[in-house]
Amino acid sequence: MQTASMLDFLSTAVGADWRLATPLIFAATGEAICERAGVLNIGVEGIMLIGAFSGFATSHATGDLALGFGAGMASGFLTALVFAVFAVTIKANQIVAGVAINLLGLGLTSFLFRTYFISTGRGVDIARPLNIPFLSDIPYLGPALFQQNLLVYATIPVVIAAWGVLFRTSYGLTIRAVGEHPKAVDVTGKSVALYRYSAVLIGGALGGLGGAFLTLAHANQFVENITSGRGFIALSIVVFARWSPIGVFFVSLLFGLFYALQLQLQADPNVRVPYQALQALPYLTTIVALMLVRNRWDAPSMLGIPYWKA
Amino acid sequence: MSDIPIRSSLDPAVRLLSRAGLAALAPIAAVLFALGVSALLLQLNGFHAADVVNVMVLGAVSDKRSIAEVLLKATPLILIGVGLCVAFRCSIWNIGAEGQLYAGASAATACGVNFGALPAWLHIVLILVAGSVAGAAWGALAGLLRVYFRASEVVTTIMLNYIAIILTSYLVTGPLKDPAASYPQSAKLARDLWLPRFLPPTRLHVGILIALAAAVAAYVFLFRSSAGYAVRVVGLNPSAAAYAGISVARNVLLAIAISGGLAGLAGAIEIAGVNYRLYQDISPGYGFEGIAVALLANNNPLAAVASGVLFAVLRSGSELMQISAQVPQVLVFVIQGLCILSVAAFSAFRRRGPRPAG
Amino acid sequence: MSVPSAPILQMENISKRFGRVAANAAASIEVGEGEIFALVGENGAGKSVLMSILCGVLRPDAGRILFKGQPLKLGSPLEATRHRIGMVHQHFMLAPNLTVAENYVLCQGSPLRPLWRTTDVAGRIAELSRRYGLEVRPDAFVRDLSVGERQRVEILRILFQGAELIVLDEPTAVLTPGETDRLLKLLRELARDRKTVIFISHKLDEVMRVSDRVSVMRDGRVVFSASTRDTNPRELARQMVGRDVPTDLPARAASPGQVVFSVENLHCRNDLGLPAVRGVSFVIRQGEIIGVAGVSGNGQSELARALAGLIPATEGTIRLNGEEISGLSSHAINRRPIAHIPEDCAANGVVPQLPLTENAILQRYDRAPFATLGLLNVRAIESHTQALVEKFHVRTDGIHAPIQSLSGGNQQKFVVARELARHPDFLIVNQLTRGIDIGASELVMQAILEQRNLNKAILLISTELEELFALCDRILVMYDGRLVGELPPDRGRLEELGLLMTGEAIEARRLREAVAGAVSGDATQ
Repeated sequence: MQTASMLDFLSTAVGADWRLATPLIFAATGEAICERAGVLNIGVEGIMLIGAFSGFATSHATGDLALGFGAGMASGFLTALVFAVFAVTIKANQIVAGVAINLLGLGLTSFLFRTYFISTGRGVDIARPLNIPFLSDIPYLGPALFQQNLLVYATIPVVIAAWGVLFRTSYGLTIRAVGEHPKAVDVTGKSVALYRYSAVLIGGALGGLGGAFLTLAHANQFVENITSGRGFIALSIVVFARWSPIGVFFVSLLFGLFYALQLQLQADPNVRVPYQALQALPYLTTIVALMLVRNRWDAPSMLGIPYWKA
Repeated sequence: MSDIPIRSSLDPAVRLLSRAGLAALAPIAAVLFALGVSALLLQLNGFHAADVVNVMVLGAVSDKRSIAEVLLKATPLILIGVGLCVAFRCSIWNIGAEGQLYAGASAATACGVNFGALPAWLHIVLILVAGSVAGAAWGALAGLLRVYFRASEVVTTIMLNYIAIILTSYLVTGPLKDPAASYPQSAKLARDLWLPRFLPPTRLHVGILIALAAAVAAYVFLFRSSAGYAVRVVGLNPSAAAYAGISVARNVLLAIAISGGLAGLAGAIEIAGVNYRLYQDISPGYGFEGIAVALLANNNPLAAVASGVLFAVLRSGSELMQISAQVPQVLVFVIQGLCILSVAAFSAFRRRGPRPAG
Repeated sequence: MSVPSAPILQMENISKRFGRVAANAAASIEVGEGEIFALVGENGAGKSVLMSILCGVLRPDAGRILFKGQPLKLGSPLEATRHRIGMVHQHFMLAPNLTVAENYVLCQGSPLRPLWRTTDVAGRIAELSRRYGLEVRPDAFVRDLSVGERQRVEILRILFQGAELIVLDEPTAVLTPGETDRLLKLLRELARDRKTVIFISHKLDEVMRVSDRVSVMRDGRVVFSASTRDTNPRELARQMVGRDVPTDLPARAASPGQVVFSVENLHCRNDLGLPAVRGVSFVIRQGEIIGVAGVSGNGQSELARALAGLIPATEGTIRLNGEEISGLSSHAINRRPIAHIPEDCAANGVVPQLPLTENAILQRYDRAPFATLGLLNVRAIESHTQALVEKFHVRTDGIHAPIQSLSGGNQQKFVVARELARHPDFLIVNQLTRGIDIGASELVMQAILEQRNLNKAILLISTELEELFALCDRILVMYDGRLVGELPPDRGRLEELGLLMTGEAIEARRLREAVAGAVSGDATQ
């Protein structure tokens, strides 16, 4: 490869990486907040699906993209509310409740999609790139970093805000205490359940946003099971990132890279690897990543354990 | 999760029955709740819920053929559900039965299209054994990751699902591809390798008997054998198990291998009894449905037979529903999800929170 | 009943039920301002429940509370804090992943208040810690603090919140004798500052040393109240159990025989991979009980776990009846004549959800007579369980009841019964009577002494010095992973024991040696 085409390749790959990492960043940031409060929500896959469908359906019906993203977040929020009722109030096993949310997400979105959309086949207008003046004109760097859509840029303030809230506000302090020693919060008269609800709901809204990104900024259509495991990958990103939003950002970029490479190499006729090997890459990486993060005592110690008031 | 205590003195039959009745109450309520919500969903989306439910439940069990079809679908569900009972009793959250089924189906097919020189009966046994072993190995992989790398099996089994499905897709487009077919699929198994059918003219084959035998064997294993006792102790209190010299690692591996093995066997039976060849999407989500089967059965392998049949009725019914009422079949996932949620809620209500010390 | 001069707190006829159990039945206490009030009673007598009601954690079913003459109805601990009532819980209410200062401001002010201005908090913490002579570093993470430090942090937090009535729930249970002295001194300083202190305890010597008045609870009622100077430990003990405390433990009937168990230069690491046991050696003979005293966390747990094969020895040898057993798995060790009564039996010794029958066979589930051809032998298991229950008077709803339905004391009796039924030559006991009532304590202590008289070798690891003095032939003291001394079970040498346990003796010697080394080094130059 010549230098110019190599740089082209890299520029495209980096740009695609960030874009493809965006849904992971949203979902994993939300999940990190949720897990910091001690709630393991493996239903994030289902929440993303519901977000993807609601975003698509709303945007399809109204023609308004912003409304679509809003609907994605709202539906993620509501699905998380259902999960929270079971995980926090009823104190059901969180893994079991998460499995159920995933089945519901898959079933509901496929059911509604087949009932209302399958014959239309019409897509929606997706979010357009927003070129940042001057910066977007920088060769290679410009197309990679400064010709993205608004949501991609939004990952940076969202991640910084999540970090700030978790580590620099009283609310975040309480969230972290709730995941580690909920009783210490309980005896001050604050409701552990309320804090857990809030964390689950924030996580749900961000998961829904990540899902909506798939239909409104990545593809222009809803496809059954469009998330294809991104919610689960978000779960392992959180572990790999040690429950830190900043870490989530960079680990997501790593996983985004696999999706980007997969797309680029699949399109490249010179590559003779079976496409399935590329498909399997994110999943294999997740397993290797979990093997590498062996010392797991960064995990909130009450992760997955319901809290009973005395 | 409540346990079946060891008892030698026979309880009065009445007491036993009433206890079983009470235990069954929660799952029945859960299923009714799930059906109710689904009916509401149908009504809200312009379908006639009453008609649909009618078609679904009654249509699935109307005649000999449809009952046979239900049992055909119940076979993998029972096998997977029974296996998951063992895993869940050991507190292993194996979400990977789907991948283990694919691993089993792939290995079974590989054996089925090779080794033509073997006598047919031995070849069938080999196919089933290969499926079980492959499923067990696929499960044990997640077990090893948990034991040696402390990686949560929840995430690893899910990842292994995707990898197994992708691997199967590779096999049917590559090494196992039927050269005569344009569609990615393997060659067909020779006729004498098909599992014997026993209720002609229906397609019902001996797989259901294998599933029933597996359920009984798993029940005896869990509640009557010392090895199963160790599995349960590890699931309930790994610390006490370690103090008592019961190896947590070994039992975790055993439990997930059993559950993977039964899922792999289900895959092999799907190949040798129903499809006779490997496709990319050999399972319509049996692996995830098995979770609902086990949970509805409160992780009791004998009860898993009943809940497996129940979910098979719903699945058969949902196919009829799609044909006769144009209701998308995927509604069955919604019903499953709702069932799991309500069972989870019931069992949480049954548990009591810790009481403050005086 | 004695009446305090000016009662700041009156709790009258407080009742509280949990299901069928009456935790408090018309319990009444009165506490005067600026006094130290001790509330004593056995485990399960209802002390913690009464105090939880006072602090707004629980709501009473009946009765009333007067605080400073006003009726007090508390809906939450927060309201208690507003009324300047604070509680130091037995399990500290500090999040280990936060710093001291962060724990102090936890849940204060609006949720979205930024955290970057904590300097004023640090200043107030410093001022309070100077006033009471407590060293507390505001920016230290709680997870890095010792138990004693955490307790000081917790007490200071209550003061930080402006508490005037301070409730301490068994504050000395986790402390060394030296730390206990410090705490009791602090309590007196608080009282001098016109703070009112209520402390829950079942250690009568502390009650006698520090309190002004004392009430005894039994079965949910307050059965006795007096000025401390008007009563004595014997009377308090009798009120606690409702009868005279028998002190007739079986007398020695065996003299030490040949060596059963020996440990030489044992080293092992804790869960974090740090050295926890660092060169421990001892021998135990037939008919001998060797005690290991020490403050929790000085390697005793790891020692017990290494001896039981649960964690590997990185160095050294362990011998049982002459056979080297270090390096064997816990499975293999369980097949030898060793029994183990583990620390925290509810967590490590039983499977709470399983019935007594299935708990009775925990180590022998795969062996005759409990298993034949891999299947459980139900009849043998039932008769064995029945025998255990009868022999140790375990109070139960039957052998098919889940063991979690038993009280802590009865669970402990059951575990002791199970372990002794294995006819061990050597018995590891880690915390025999912690957290169980006097009746059960006495029974298990007798059982252990009977084992000694049957010529068994016993290692008793304990933080309860009374238990060690009552049972042991020799007491080894463990500090920082090493055995730092050996004492006879002579109560007169309690102070020496305390110094050894806190490492002060060893630090002093180290200092002496360092000085001597420096001096000799100078001399050779």
